[in-house]
Amino acid sequence: MKSLSDKVIERLRAGAEEPDLTGTRYRLLERVARGGMGVVYAAEDEKLERRVALKVLDVPGTDGDLANRLMREARVLARLEHPGIVPVHDVGTLADGRVFYTMKFVEGQRLDKFIEGVESVQDRLRLFLRICEAVAFAHARGVLHRDLKPANIMVGPFGEVLVMDWGLAKILRGEQPGVPLAADPEATILERAKQPGEASDSTKSSVITGHGTVMGTPGYMSPEQARGEVEVLDARSDIFSLGALLRFMLTQKTPGFTPRLDRSLEAIGRKATAERPASRYPAVQELGQDVSRYLDGLSVEAHPESIFEKLTRFYRRYRFFILLILAYLVMRVILLLVLKR
Amino acid sequence: MSNDKSKQGGDRFPLTRWSVIGAARSSNPAERDRAMDTLCAAYWKPVYKYVRLRWNRPTEDAQDMTQGFFVQVIERRLLDKFDPAKSRLRTYLRLCVDSFVMNEEKAAKRQKRGGNVLHVALDFAGAEEELGGGAMDPAAIPSPESLEDFFEKEWVRGLFELAVEDLRKYCEANERERTFRLFEEYDLSGDETISYQKLAAEYGIPVTDVTNALAWARREFRRGALERLGDVCGSEEEFQREARSVFGWGAR
Ligand SMILES: Nc1ncnc2c1ncn2[C@@H]1O[C@H](COP(=O)(O)OP(=O)(O)OP(=O)(O)O)[C@@H](O)[C@H]1O
Repeated sequence: MKSLSDKVIERLRAGAEEPDLTGTRYRLLERVARGGMGVVYAAEDEKLERRVALKVLDVPGTDGDLANRLMREARVLARLEHPGIVPVHDVGTLADGRVFYTMKFVEGQRLDKFIEGVESVQDRLRLFLRICEAVAFAHARGVLHRDLKPANIMVGPFGEVLVMDWGLAKILRGEQPGVPLAADPEATILERAKQPGEASDSTKSSVITGHGTVMGTPGYMSPEQARGEVEVLDARSDIFSLGALLRFMLTQKTPGFTPRLDRSLEAIGRKATAERPASRYPAVQELGQDVSRYLDGLSVEAHPESIFEKLTRFYRRYRFFILLILAYLVMRVILLLVLKR
Repeated sequence: MSNDKSKQGGDRFPLTRWSVIGAARSSNPAERDRAMDTLCAAYWKPVYKYVRLRWNRPTEDAQDMTQGFFVQVIERRLLDKFDPAKSRLRTYLRLCVDSFVMNEEKAAKRQKRGGNVLHVALDFAGAEEELGGGAMDPAAIPSPESLEDFFEKEWVRGLFELAVEDLRKYCEANERERTFRLFEEYDLSGDETISYQKLAAEYGIPVTDVTNALAWARREFRRGALERLGDVCGSEEEFQREARSVFGWGAR
């Protein structure tokens, strides 16, 4: 038997990663990236002649924890038809036994990259509002994302926002928009392997709670989620993450952008990321409305203003008219003085 | 091991697969023998190399101990005590080797191992060659922390070698020798300068044939390696975990 060198072993590993697409309508184009669960490829749907993204697990089998998680993610996506959420096309099992799903291939950039080219606060806030819309829609459909962070948001060439990576999502029963969602204890929440040693091969940024449940990302994860209080999580947990995201979007320094967080924006961020869920915005819409009010130059709910701040904001909002009137008055005074002579 | 390699992958990984752990505990001696052969085939080489390096034993000693170790696994029914929930089979076996070697040291005088209990041919010369042959370089002796890594690496190497061998035999039996030769030249030679075009020219076939042959061979290799791996895993979870670590999947 021939002995295999380390180099050959690496080559065999790389070769063994490729999914077997025989018998499917897809043709492999290229490997895009490895994610937490498996690998994402670009593939061609030969029937519809379009490019799709194919997410496939490494290990064969339809019963493992990862297979369940991938299927759940696909089902969550199927439930969430919204321009801000990547559409799923197809799920199945490949000839080599691996579970996969295909979705729209998103051309674009991750938010953390894209934001570098967005130079005004207003534009950044408008981007943020689009993220809020997608998340609010999911909440209305009874789905919590639970892993909102810059890396999970893509921005397309036309500035369209796509919220990705619903692999940690939790399905809740309540479907009334605007009302904090009640957690459903019976909902199939993410069931991860409760294996010791599992920590090492799960996503690097995720945290494993004592119960072995992988949840969220430090910095973007709500305190209750960090404590592993899976049963109590509701919309306000995602609101916390959105607040952290807002801060990120407004404080990210880039060559053309110097962060300038005024008190109102700071207050919105603070309210969204309050330690206690009860102190946060009760629903994503309200967070969005506060940001919209700020964009319109109105006072925001999160920040009671002093007289001086009111006047400053009033001045900023009506600067043009105020200056016009002032100019008019100054002219009148000058004319009066001149004519009096 | 299933001989029917033509089956499609989808149904090749049933939830309850034949497992070496279960079989080793079986009351049926034939089943137990088969379990030991499987285990021995997959693990003798890493065990041998481990004894050579970790315990710094001369070749002959290490050969003796490797055989002795597997005999003891059978006689003392060491697998009965293995708990897949607590550790990996690989780690468990490695620790068993440690205590085996230490006990042998205490017993100072060893009797010659009797009987033909192992049915698997152990190619010690080949293993020795892989270790670099000749005198042991003290610098090559792994540190205690990296012992697990070393053992794992050698075990993966052994597993892949078996899977390649399976593929070779399968190709020979099914008139796909050319496919295997292409696979050998492209994937097994470690030659970076080789290309699909070169191979196509060499064999006088279109490049697409090379592409297809190699894709097929890689899939079969993968399937074979996973099957071999499945044989020595105690549960579906362990299989999933081991597959990810053996193939380096899940590490970003
Ligand atoms: N629909 C898509 N179109 C284009 N590229 C995609 C698409 N989906 C994912 N990707 C790319 O593949 C990468 C991996 O995605 P995936 O969702 O598997 O992992 P992830 O974002 O690391 O999530 P996690 O590890 O939390 O599951 C992403 O970072 C992204 O660059």
